Amino acid sequence: MNSTLKNTETGPEFNRETLDLVNKIIKRYPEGRQKSALLPVLHIAQAENQGWLSSETMEYVASLLDIQPIEVFEVASFYSMFNLQPVGNCVIEVCQTGPCMLKGSEEILAHFENRLGIKAGETTADGKFTIKTVECLAACGNAPVLQVGTEYHENLTTQKADELLDKWKAENKISHTNPYL
Amino acid sequence: MAEQILLKNIDVPGLASYEVYRKLGGYSSVEKALKNYTPDQVTSEVTKSGLRGRGGAGFPAGMKWGFIDKKTNNPRYFVCNFDESEPGTFKDRHIGQLNPHQLIEGMILGSYALGARTSYIYIRGELFYVLRIIEKAIAEAYKNGFLGENIKGSGYSLDLYCQPGAGAYICGEETALLESLEGKRGNPRIKPPFPAVVGLYGCPTVVNNVETIAALPWIINNGGEAYSAIGIGNSKGTKLISACGHINKPGIYEIELGLPVEEFIYSDEYCGGIRHDHTLKAVVAGGSSVPILPAHLILKTAEGKPRLMSYESLSEGGFQSGTMLGSGGFIVMDETTCIVKNLLTFAKFYHHESCGQCSPCREGTGWMEKILHRIESGHGTMKDIDLLVDISKHIEGNTICPLGDAAAWPVASAIRHFREEFEEHVKLQKCPF
Amino acid sequence: MPLLKVTIDNIEVEVEAGTTIMNAARKIGGSVVPPAMCYYSKLEGSGGYCRTCLVKVSQGSFKDNRPMPKLVASCRTPVQDGMVVQNRTSPEVMDNRRAITEFLLINHPLDCPVCDQAGECHLQDLSYEHGLEETRTEEDRRTFDPIDIGDLIKLHMNRCILCYRCVKVADQITDNRVHGVLGRGDHSEISTLIQKAVDNDFSGNMIDVCPVGALTDKTFRFKSRVWFTRPFDAHRECAKCCGKTVLWMKGEEILRVTGRKDQYGELEEFICNDCRFHHKETTDWIVEGPRKIERHSVISQNHYEKLDIPENGEESE
Ligand SMILES: Cc1cc2nc3c(=O)[nH]c(=O)nc-3n(C[C@H](O)[C@H](O)[C@H](O)COP(=O)(O)O)c2cc1C
Ligand code: SF4
Ligand code: SF4
Ligand code: SF4
Ligand code: FES
Ligand code: FES
Repeated sequence: MNSTLKNTETGPEFNRETLDLVNKIIKRYPEGRQKSALLPVLHIAQAENQGWLSSETMEYVASLLDIQPIEVFEVASFYSMFNLQPVGNCVIEVCQTGPCMLKGSEEILAHFENRLGIKAGETTADGKFTIKTVECLAACGNAPVLQVGTEYHENLTTQKADELLDKWKAENKISHTNPYL
Repeated sequence: MAEQILLKNIDVPGLASYEVYRKLGGYSSVEKALKNYTPDQVTSEVTKSGLRGRGGAGFPAGMKWGFIDKKTNNPRYFVCNFDESEPGTFKDRHIGQLNPHQLIEGMILGSYALGARTSYIYIRGELFYVLRIIEKAIAEAYKNGFLGENIKGSGYSLDLYCQPGAGAYICGEETALLESLEGKRGNPRIKPPFPAVVGLYGCPTVVNNVETIAALPWIINNGGEAYSAIGIGNSKGTKLISACGHINKPGIYEIELGLPVEEFIYSDEYCGGIRHDHTLKAVVAGGSSVPILPAHLILKTAEGKPRLMSYESLSEGGFQSGTMLGSGGFIVMDETTCIVKNLLTFAKFYHHESCGQCSPCREGTGWMEKILHRIESGHGTMKDIDLLVDISKHIEGNTICPLGDAAAWPVASAIRHFREEFEEHVKLQKCPF
Repeated sequence: MPLLKVTIDNIEVEVEAGTTIMNAARKIGGSVVPPAMCYYSKLEGSGGYCRTCLVKVSQGSFKDNRPMPKLVASCRTPVQDGMVVQNRTSPEVMDNRRAITEFLLINHPLDCPVCDQAGECHLQDLSYEHGLEETRTEEDRRTFDPIDIGDLIKLHMNRCILCYRCVKVADQITDNRVHGVLGRGDHSEISTLIQKAVDNDFSGNMIDVCPVGALTDKTFRFKSRVWFTRPFDAHRECAKCCGKTVLWMKGEEILRVTGRKDQYGELEEFICNDCRFHHKETTDWIVEGPRKIERHSVISQNHYEKLDIPENGEESE
């Protein structure tokens, strides 16, 4: 895994390139409003920390934005895309809301659960896959829908699910990549 | 076929690139407005057009712009609501992904009218791939002089940025969105004050939906009056309807407001009828929050008039027998659908998405989900059905933001129109479907 | 500035522009004052969350005499000249207040018999006044383990009603905020993610502003119901705060020290941690005399028949 978030002796740290991106983002807001960069920076930090936000990572983000760590914890724990526990390399997020349910999302979810031998919310023993259920992804016309990283996969069938899973297994899929790149 | 204001060129290959968009006449409205119109004249065209907010509430856009406090020396902000998270709604993604420049063009017009020097597009975090498309388009617009300092020599300057959310439906509520944009939890603010007076960073701000903003270029190019000539009654212009569920042709359709619902569902130009020749059972016409209607009430009003796709017609009959146009998320269900189960997924959704600030919504949404789960799995009682109605009644109207109402209406309406189905679950002690 | 005329439950009062309905009602006093579980006049931006203070505005103002379409939070709604408000006189208000009380209780443990707050708990009062006879919930309640916030304050998250008062204290009267709300919806919790100590000269005030027994004083000596203690006004020379407190005594012993609260349960002045936690000897204080306290939950004592409460009000040990 080529994470740019290095654990140095003083704690985690982004590499130069990522810091440049962070500084570019901070400039989008008025002077003194750098806290506005919190969500974008947390997305980046999560991608660089194996797909989850450890307290060290959040404290580092707080120091980057010159805010209190609690302000980061409060925000990170509010938004459902941020994982506060470790996750597998490839997080499969299956939509479960009405329109997807009407078109068979339960079957799709059960299929992934059976094939991977885990339930939604769990990670396989080898740490490769996590299944997560999510709410409407704004793609209901192509239900059922799932998301992996920033990719959408739509009009799912169990056959399509198999193809995807085989492909992800073959390529050792990693879903947490810097979403800006 | 209705006039296509939003989807006209949507199938043109490469539309997301500046070259193609420009060749098709893109950005001409910005040139026209900056050259010929004062900011107030732009606002007045929008007022004349009768354009109403397409995010769900249907508030007249021109009137909202008129509320902005132009007397303070504070900066003003124009913010695009691209949170699109209301179940059944998937129209904004279509614009952002395939036609980002039209959104940017609209952002420039709105920003100019309001006197904003910095504007933001707040997009739900799940749609990061669309954010990248928009950011690329923004970079092209800068390169071609439509964003940045002194746009096309007009003296007007504008910076435009895209901001991701991170998984929270509530951030679609405009004050929660502003909190989120400030890097905070998405807790809706207590109003008043309204954003037009105290918005982003405490400054006057207007928040509009993607579709509302994407209609602006056409209005400036063709005039507000031309826009208001389309549609019916106080429902002017065209509206994107995202249709899903048990229909033959799910997808995004641009309709002229006033189209009969029956034609929309059954005509091949639109939904193409119910799948596998099944029959229509119910429709949620404007995103998950609006009341569900059974087939006979969605096709015709209680008085027997044909129901039309318009703000007025859909709400005819009030909560007793009507619904709302909402965000245009049109969810169709055939006779194989378990209404209780569908409702359970909605209840779960609102429970999951409640921000937790106020007690009726924080506690009531979870309670309703638990009871529905009990009924759906065959462990409910007849008393539970009345309890649900009672809970929904006491959430409605008692909360800080409309999410409470949005959670209550689907429950109240499903029981109002499909009570026997709930009772059957109780009697059989299992789901009859 | 001319005063504005407001009528609440048929009683007229004149207040300055910008006054909320709640504060206009407090100016009248008595039963027209809506219950407040989250509003706190000394904390900026407080109120609006609990919804127990909802009232009906049956006439908006002299100019616009239409009623307001929904019940409004009295703590957050400014009065208009000629506004007519119904609190206890509106059956709709009372019905909704009952429902809101029920919402606040569906995840609440109701373990008053073992709760430090019993006897001075606003939720207890509210539930006796407006609550239902029996619970309509069959579901499991949300549960959390009690945690220590530093070595002076204990958090029983089960009892928290998310009124945000302690967060506002942490935000407004302490300097480095380490206290906040985590999670979302009914998973929200008051906590520091890593249970870091809230060490700050004024952090103890979070205990006094908490309307329920969620934040309690870890230095409260002996497990004792509040009503077995006797309160005395006392003061000391303090460099950090006003030094004016209430000592909760049992015999010659100081069991705990709090700030002085007014009739709405609000602190008159915030006190420092030194006074609150570290001065538990009678020689530390100049005792002014017994404090008259409106024990607003006296009724609550009678409700727990199982608890053996001796006539003289002393705890049997
Ligand atoms: C719970 C909730 C969710 C909302 N979600 C959205 C949304 O995803 N997109 C949107 O444009 N408006 C949404 N709205 C409506 C916005 O608050 C606001 O009215 C709208 O963005 C204004 O833009 P418009 O006037 O152009 O429609 C939501 C409102 C509520 C109460
Ligand atoms: S109604 Fe729900 S979402 Fe809205 S502020 Fe209250 S708790 Fe939050
Ligand atoms: S907080 Fe109040 S209602 Fe809750 S257990 Fe303690 S005394 Fe009882
Ligand atoms: S701990 Fe107490 S003061 Fe803090 S939010 Fe909960 S109930 Fe309110
Ligand atoms: S319900 Fe699954 S994408 Fe909308
Ligand atoms: S006291 Fe007014 S809402 Fe809580």
